Amino acid sequence: MISETALDRLTGMLRAPDLSGTRYEILGELGRGGMGIVYLARDTALDREVALKIVDRGAAGTRSDSPDALAHEARILARLEHPGIVPVHDFGELPDGRVYYAMKRVRGDRLDRWLAAAQDLAERLAVFLRICDAVAFAHAHAVVHRDLKPENVMIGEFGEVLVLDWGIARTQNREPKNQNPEPENENPEPENENPEPENENPERRTPNAEPVAGTPEYMPPEQRAGAPVDHRADIYALGVMLQALGGPASVAAIAAKARDDDPIRRYQSVQELAADVQRFLSGRAVGAHREPLVDRLQRLYRRHRVPILLVLTYLAVRVLLLWLGGI
Amino acid sequence: MNKPLFATLLGGFLGIFDGLTALFTPEVRSQIVGIVIGSTIKGLLAGVIIGLFATRVHSLVAGTLVGLLVGGFFAYLILLMNPGHALNIMLPGCLVGLIVGYASQTFETTREKLEVRSQK
Repeated sequence: MISETALDRLTGMLRAPDLSGTRYEILGELGRGGMGIVYLARDTALDREVALKIVDRGAAGTRSDSPDALAHEARILARLEHPGIVPVHDFGELPDGRVYYAMKRVRGDRLDRWLAAAQDLAERLAVFLRICDAVAFAHAHAVVHRDLKPENVMIGEFGEVLVLDWGIARTQNREPKNQNPEPENENPEPENENPEPENENPERRTPNAEPVAGTPEYMPPEQRAGAPVDHRADIYALGVMLQALGGPASVAAIAAKARDDDPIRRYQSVQELAADVQRFLSGRAVGAHREPLVDRLQRLYRRHRVPILLVLTYLAVRVLLLWLGGI
Repeated sequence: MNKPLFATLLGGFLGIFDGLTALFTPEVRSQIVGIVIGSTIKGLLAGVIIGLFATRVHSLVAGTLVGLLVGGFFAYLILLMNPGHALNIMLPGCLVGLIVGYASQTFETTREKLEVRSQK
């Protein structure tokens, strides 16, 4: 009889990638996804630690086309050179035929864990804006992430914010979708320029539609329905993330607008969403929220407290002098 | 808009307003034109000095204090010409200087706004 632990170890050894002929040595496992396993590895040529993502041949439900999907992810990441997007260092094939890519090893905390610690709202929103920067950059390069969620964002040791896991990202037509008043699901043309298949589990395909992949809580209705999606799917996910950050009615209104079920009523670009958050942070009125007069006055007072107090003091002095003069 | 221009305009505006408050004092109401002109010139001059200081020294405390002193100094000059109204002239004059000093330090010029935007 072989014990369960011994069996797990044997399975692990069998699954462990053979890196002979490459410049990498496995140091440990960092995590697993639907498509592959991310290992902590050492780049022997440059003597540095990297994260190595390799197709998991043994994982149940892994699609036979995962190598293509991994290559697709690597190519997307290579295209997106941005401080907020984890950079790819290398791409190759193992002796057993599995493909891999090496990327920067990010030290830090996942956003969901980082948020669990008591951060103040301004700090949380500053991180949110950094995520928006990275996503806006991807959109500018016609890439839609499609699986934005706190688990896919890392906060580095030095405060850097990195958007990870572009495994189900898609490229879209460069035609500006926001100028098209037609609802998403009425567009018969697939947006994806890249014919590579989906790669994340669980995955299902609705008739005559795109395969459904992603995380249900962060998916807009059109993505859940398997209809073609564009950059506004990411805006929806950002809205869900923003809502989770908490905050007053203005922030809730921004989040609600971003995650509107109708893509046309959402912000039409990440920049627009970020600008509204920025307006909130600088004490200005946000476009998504029509605030009552009392709230508006309170906000104006908070923003210009000192000059208002100075002017009121001046007026009070003037009134006092007039009163004294009348005595 | 640059800081000296902003401070000068604000000083002038507050000077006019400060002068007009003399309308509430019946014994000087007949001299209102002279008071408003004098008060406006005082505000403009104080604004120029405070604005120039703000372009060289970026300190809220120093800028506000200089505003207070400059406002007080010009108010004192007015007081020398109109003895007997010390409180009515000195106190509002100092406050106007204080407001201009604070405002000129917190005022962001177009160039500063562009710099902040580019850093983001």
